[in-house]
Amino acid sequence: MTTTTDRQDERLQSRDGLRGALTDVVERARGGDLGMIPVVVGLIVIWTVLQVLNPVFLSSANLVNLTLESAAVGVIALGIVCVLLVGQIDLSVGSVSGLSGAVLAVLFVVKGLPVWLAIFAAVVLGAVVGWLYAQLFNRFGVPSFVITLAGLLGFLGLQLYVLGTNGSINLPFDSGLVNFAQFAFVPAWLSYTLAVVAAGALFVSGFLHARERRKAGLSARSMTALAVRSVALLAALGFVVWYLGQTRGVGWMFVFFVALVLIMHYLLSRTKWGRSVYAVGGNVEAARRAGINVKAVFTTVFVLCSTFAAVGGIMAAARLAAVNPSSGGGDVNLNAIAAAVIGGTSLFGGRGSAFGALLGVVVIQSISSGLTLLNLDSSIRFMVTGAVLLLAVVVDSVSRRSRTSHGRA
Amino acid sequence: MSVLSLRGISKTFGAVAALTDIALDVAAGEVVAVVGDNGAGKSTLVKILSGVHPPDSGTITFADRQVQIPTPAAAHKLGIATVFQDLALCENLNVIQNLFLGQEIRPLRLNDVAMETRSWELLRQLSAKIPSVRVPVAALSGGQRQTVAIARSLLGDPKVIILDEPTAALGVAQTAEVLNLVERLRENGLGVIMISHNMADVKAVADTVAVLRLGRNNGVFPVKDVSAEDIIAAITGATDNVVAQRAARGQEGQQS
Repeated sequence: MTTTTDRQDERLQSRDGLRGALTDVVERARGGDLGMIPVVVGLIVIWTVLQVLNPVFLSSANLVNLTLESAAVGVIALGIVCVLLVGQIDLSVGSVSGLSGAVLAVLFVVKGLPVWLAIFAAVVLGAVVGWLYAQLFNRFGVPSFVITLAGLLGFLGLQLYVLGTNGSINLPFDSGLVNFAQFAFVPAWLSYTLAVVAAGALFVSGFLHARERRKAGLSARSMTALAVRSVALLAALGFVVWYLGQTRGVGWMFVFFVALVLIMHYLLSRTKWGRSVYAVGGNVEAARRAGINVKAVFTTVFVLCSTFAAVGGIMAAARLAAVNPSSGGGDVNLNAIAAAVIGGTSLFGGRGSAFGALLGVVVIQSISSGLTLLNLDSSIRFMVTGAVLLLAVVVDSVSRRSRTSHGRA
Repeated sequence: MSVLSLRGISKTFGAVAALTDIALDVAAGEVVAVVGDNGAGKSTLVKILSGVHPPDSGTITFADRQVQIPTPAAAHKLGIATVFQDLALCENLNVIQNLFLGQEIRPLRLNDVAMETRSWELLRQLSAKIPSVRVPVAALSGGQRQTVAIARSLLGDPKVIILDEPTAALGVAQTAEVLNLVERLRENGLGVIMISHNMADVKAVADTVAVLRLGRNNGVFPVKDVSAEDIIAAITGATDNVVAQRAARGQEGQQS
């Protein structure tokens, strides 16, 4: 057997097949490249504790609720992941989401515009806010922390102004929007089909990729590894669909969120733009010298983050079927940022993934849902969420230090 | 016949005149060593050529055309590649990602197979000792990082390569390898500008040595006619430079 191009160095230990893949993961974790491990461990611990405290927690009905609750904050967290990747922060996502909900409600309910137009206007508003932040950041070099802190207050004010004397506006239940957020579930047959399609797609893309690599004389994943991976995904998705299907099933809103996560994952990992996002987060000067338009990258990222915040605001409004002055207030902001950080996105930039938002938001919502089930009020919830966020940041910092000492920083 | 020539380049940072009226010529297949003390303006010159800072005045002629280099991308497009002293690598990205940063193959669906194959080709060409191209650059040693940076500069088939202190952080064997590489670049007909402090390296590979002192030209010598002591004298300004200037004038007279 001839050695592939990328395996010729004699110092490389051969790590083939499943065993090799496992060894790699362990090695990397030791070196401080934790990836998704903390969030998965955290999720298991949290679920175990909450289930012991209240047996309703892991019931199908509660988990269905959990997925629906996660979607809105999850979309916002997805935007936060992007900003954190370039080493910046957006503290105003809560206010922007509230403002977007308010604009939607006023245009749709008070002004009587068609719902799609109201949604479109709210999303565009989000994009404009992000563009504004990017201009301030690029032209004047104001730290994003301060710009968005100003935005946090400013757009909260604008939200109250837009709502005016109306106070709380209810969205009509017969509108497609509320229906989508509250009552639309994927039929069982379609859920299973989607699960099979996902596993199949994973296998086919992996197989094609491996074939291309072998053709080019590079090492590639073995068929067994590919098959095991796809079967594992199929089993996991199948189980989730089956378990949620015991009651209401998988909500379309959650599917929408997962679809956004997949799209963002593709954009971040498989496109030139995504590469430049990571590069800017890793070393701005190096990215600039490599010919990357750094300002454009910052602009796209800020616009994306605010747009996701606006979309999340619309989803939250639809889920609640109402918009009020406290929409997007309270813990929305912190939850979204916490979800991104807990999901393994580094506050130091250049590290993290779209899937982090998905896992992170499930952790955050689990805590919130579990504590609500225990009849603990928001005071305790805030404290626990704060503690979990702190823990995530500490893990991030410690693993960064460990990476430095293992030469992987 | 020079591929790149600078005339009257000046650059000030606030009240400091970093470069004043600099002239420099690089021919295809020529290695020009630019030497000078700390603060002589070497790095500023590199930054002007690589499009990081635009010059305040002066003209840059590249391949018989007067050009502007407002951005790094413009320098790249012209065919001027730069390996910076700090290497400008993203430590969180792996070797392939760093090599192709800003010039990825197939922007909307990255072709990582093609990029990995090409990466190995480049690294083999430099007989680089990098065990895996899938490790983050943070995991590589200083010499390996230098190799990655030089390999990256070769990607766009440049006409002129600027090496800023290429051997500063390297061991004995790796220095020799980089010098071999510089000679290979010359054989391939590239113009090479090598910024260096190391007289041994300059004497070993350069054809011409241009001395900068306090932001001004302080003589251009053919390497084979000049001793290391003379170069050092020109760098430090320790001796009366009339002799050096005569030698430089004689050299210029021959060329034109």
